[in-house]
Amino acid sequence: MAEHGNLGCEYDESFFKDVRINLPAVKRRAAELGSRRTVKKHWQADWQLRAVTCIDLTTLAGDDTPSNVSRLCFKAAHPVSTDVLKMLQVDHKEITTGAVCVYPNQVTAAKESLKMVGKPSIPVASVATGFPCGQTALAPRLEEIKYAVNDGATEIDIVINRTYALAGNWKGVYDEVRQMKQACGSAHMKTILATGELGSLNNVYKASMVCMMAGADFIKTSTGKEGVNATFVVALVMIRAIRDFLQRTGIRVGFKPAGGIRTAKDACVWLSMMKEELGDEYTNPRLFRIGASTLLGDLERQLYHFATGVYPSVVEMPLG
Amino acid sequence: MAGSAGVGILASDELCYGSAAESESVARLWLDKHNKCFGQFVNGTWNKTEGRATVDVKKPTTGEKLATVLKANDEDIAFAADNSKQAFKSWSELSGHARAQHLYSIARNLQKHQSLLAVVEAVSSGQPTRETRGLSAPAAIRYFYHNAGWAGLMEEQMRGWKPYGVIAIVVPAWLPLVQMAGKVASALAMGNTVLVIPPASDPLSCLLLADICSQAGLPAGVLNVVTGADVMRVAAKDGLDKIVFAGSASEGKALRQMTAGSGKDLSLEMFGRSSVLVFEGADLDSAVEGIVEAAFFNSGQTFYTGSRLLIQETVYKAFVQKLKARIYKLTVGDNLDKNVDQGPLLDDQTFSCVASLVERAKAEGAEVVQACDLSTVRQNSFPPTLITNVQTSSEIYLKEVLGPIVVAVPFRTVKESVTIANHTPFGLAASVWTEDLTVALEVAALLQVSTVWVNGHHMYDAASGTGASKASGFGRTGGKEGLYEYVKPSWQNRLIFDGEVDKKFGSASSPNLLPGAQVASGGSSGDGPGVDKTYKLFYGGGQKRPDSGASRPVLNRGGTVVGYVPDGGRKDIRNAVEAAVKAVGSWSKKEGHGRAQIMYYLAENLESHKEEYAALLSTMTGQELSSSAQEVQQAVQRLFYWAAYCDKYGGDLQETPFSGFTVKRHESVGTIGIVCPDEAPLLSFISLMAPAISRGNPVIAVPSGKYPMAALGFQQILETSDVPAGVVNILTGDSDVLARALAEHHDISAVWYFGSEAGSRYMEFASAGNFKRTWVNYGVSRDFSSPEQGQGPEFLYQATASKCIWLPMGTIFAN
Repeated sequence: MAEHGNLGCEYDESFFKDVRINLPAVKRRAAELGSRRTVKKHWQADWQLRAVTCIDLTTLAGDDTPSNVSRLCFKAAHPVSTDVLKMLQVDHKEITTGAVCVYPNQVTAAKESLKMVGKPSIPVASVATGFPCGQTALAPRLEEIKYAVNDGATEIDIVINRTYALAGNWKGVYDEVRQMKQACGSAHMKTILATGELGSLNNVYKASMVCMMAGADFIKTSTGKEGVNATFVVALVMIRAIRDFLQRTGIRVGFKPAGGIRTAKDACVWLSMMKEELGDEYTNPRLFRIGASTLLGDLERQLYHFATGVYPSVVEMPLG
Repeated sequence: MAGSAGVGILASDELCYGSAAESESVARLWLDKHNKCFGQFVNGTWNKTEGRATVDVKKPTTGEKLATVLKANDEDIAFAADNSKQAFKSWSELSGHARAQHLYSIARNLQKHQSLLAVVEAVSSGQPTRETRGLSAPAAIRYFYHNAGWAGLMEEQMRGWKPYGVIAIVVPAWLPLVQMAGKVASALAMGNTVLVIPPASDPLSCLLLADICSQAGLPAGVLNVVTGADVMRVAAKDGLDKIVFAGSASEGKALRQMTAGSGKDLSLEMFGRSSVLVFEGADLDSAVEGIVEAAFFNSGQTFYTGSRLLIQETVYKAFVQKLKARIYKLTVGDNLDKNVDQGPLLDDQTFSCVASLVERAKAEGAEVVQACDLSTVRQNSFPPTLITNVQTSSEIYLKEVLGPIVVAVPFRTVKESVTIANHTPFGLAASVWTEDLTVALEVAALLQVSTVWVNGHHMYDAASGTGASKASGFGRTGGKEGLYEYVKPSWQNRLIFDGEVDKKFGSASSPNLLPGAQVASGGSSGDGPGVDKTYKLFYGGGQKRPDSGASRPVLNRGGTVVGYVPDGGRKDIRNAVEAAVKAVGSWSKKEGHGRAQIMYYLAENLESHKEEYAALLSTMTGQELSSSAQEVQQAVQRLFYWAAYCDKYGGDLQETPFSGFTVKRHESVGTIGIVCPDEAPLLSFISLMAPAISRGNPVIAVPSGKYPMAALGFQQILETSDVPAGVVNILTGDSDVLARALAEHHDISAVWYFGSEAGSRYMEFASAGNFKRTWVNYGVSRDFSSPEQGQGPEFLYQATASKCIWLPMGTIFAN
């Protein structure tokens, strides 16, 4: 991706106005994703390690403090224990998560912790713009982005204005996201569609297109706070939009499912969907991230099992 | 990728799936248990008679020999048929509930062995395990659960029907497990015993199914399986009451001709290609996935493969581009590998047929897009293939070949799409892709097929019938509609006929057309010539002179000429069929209420002429005037009866597990040729004509050869009752000649023949030309005055064809 990522394009309704998404048909495709392709044995370990590198290791809670944020950052720097990596003969590889993802107020703490653990290159992502609901005026939402960037966040996860989206005011959504992109500066912008609140798959597609036109570097399914999080059904629609946008503009936009992804098996299906629907370049952290907090634990556990043939107890895995 | 030691993390950008082979061990265990050698499964045991020829069952991917089965000879077939006949006595005597318990037990046991079923089907047929696990095995089980219910409800829901007896079920080589399960479950539920003829090259899953049924406690002999048998030799055996055939059109044709007139009923479903229609208002990406399902499921080897792809011109380019990109992602290889989308074709023959077809298309300038190069795939595999740059006249579009090829052609309007899709003698299934409800419903209604999926393809459930229309046959599998393949009216006895088809039947008109005695008139002789009522043929809404320009005398019982009727022939049939074909569209689409009004009007007008018709009947037949009056009265009543049914048999909603609606429509069959019997010459004519037009079928009726005047005279009633031109056409002449002309006309969709045994035989024989439905009496008379024999569900069944329309629903996925 270029220095400033997706520069976006002019608002153009023809990108999405004729879209027709058929939910039952998308459901059928979603249901077979995990059965048309599968990955086993050492190939599976490969995929699991890849999944680790795609995780935006996340904590977004009211009781976040520097101590748990620091614990998160140390884990992001060493997501899989060295013993296991040795057994897998990949201990020479630089394996970290894709980023850590925190609230704006924790960006400073995160930056410091990463420096402390010797991995300052791991990006700190910050949610912003009145996350998770976005129900504040535009000015403070933009201000929040600048604050986080100023503190050192290099990736910003914004939420879109669902009030506009549900009213069909797509130009309004575009204009806001465009300004947010400007506020991000050189930080990469991930736009959270909060798909669980968009009402229809047609709206999911439209929101995807509008955000990409406005300069989104990633489009992201959900905040993790809506009733429905990252599902394969929603993902297929967003991925189709990414494909269509690429075809029209030549710009590659990344995809980030977030919320509810907890198992290593699921993570492999997500990777497989990216590979099948978009291609291999979309299976690495440059264009694919998984927003998750507990997924890493299961991936580590499965890798341990592959390396040793034994399922570890939870306490045998370093706490993250 | 494969074989790399350790983990290759970050070695490259590419993540490889590696191989994920399904274990065959469960199938191997089962084969070993039988020492890889199977006898005929008859009377609950494996019958291995010494000295029989054997057939090697091979694994399609490698050619490896999996097992040996015996080739049945005539003696084996006879033994099995006799055994089935014996078992029928006790099986049909069981209560519906007892049969339900047996079927339920089978379903439970199949479920227990679901994995075994899926793996055996995959190993022996080459179908990907993803499909056998995901679709075939669960579908087979579901058929038994669903039909266990029908067994229990038979007495209530199928009142007036009884089992045939012994049914031979010929299982095709495509998806044999599902095919066998669907048909066997319904047959057993209705109280028949079954003789299964599995595909010669791949009988293993059929044998396994029988093995499990037996272990589930199904009484010995109720389900027998005969391997390696010649279908024609089986069909020729005595002791069979019906043959249910699914397979190729050529075999179906031979079977139809061979069994003609034998009294063995025949159900036909013959494979062909189906259409997929993509409209501009469709979810194009989902439609692309739909094509992957439609065209490449089991390498395109199914009864309902959607391999003719009709795309609206406005989205043609965009859609083809998306489809191409998708096809490149499909994988071909070992069907037991979970990462393989498509396994091998059935055999060398299928492969060379498909390969040469594609080669010829290329030579003609077609653009061919394939998932991978043909040279890179293993034995007998053929990559998923998209053909563009061809037209509806291209060989590759027309040829009825099963394989993983999809041929795309553009269309301009909705109307044109329907015309193109229907422009084939065959009719199986179709899918319609659009988000526009009005387009979807109209197209679904207009397509001449048995199944229409809206925004989907290959959706099946035991509660909904699939089957064939037009020249693809007329059989149904699944749903209540599927049960009618396995029952016959309770009052009917088993009919067995020997003899050959008289190929000259009806080819020459009988003489006796020279001037004879004067017509007996009401006045006493010597009063001068009576008033000669001149009858004409009636078709296209008007009176027509016969092409022959000749008349036939009608004699009364005493041999006196009581009138003359026109001597119609083949050319008159041709004209009448043209008239009827013109009427098909508007009459079948006319709303039920409108048809009912016309039929009530017919009844009213007949009633007002009742004395006239009673007198005419008595003059011809010599029966008492009071009997004739009663016959006319009954005819009026029957018109009322069928007028009532005009708007009360439209179909119903089927309870499939899919979210949405599965609608079964009872549609018209098409133009029906009716040859009326001599008994009750007016009532029989009305009893046959009325249900046909009630359910939207135009009719070409040939009145009783002996006493034609009353039925022919009915034209005056038709003319005064607003019946649209071409809906009822009445032709007199030599009944045999007219019947033959009807049976041989390919625009006639069904023939109802109530005449001689020889005539019945010829009707069935000649129907093989376009596989029209036949309903014949084998020369046995029927009491049209009894409600049981003269009206009711049998007539409804014959006058309609079911079509299932799948309408998945849903937009709500979250808040």
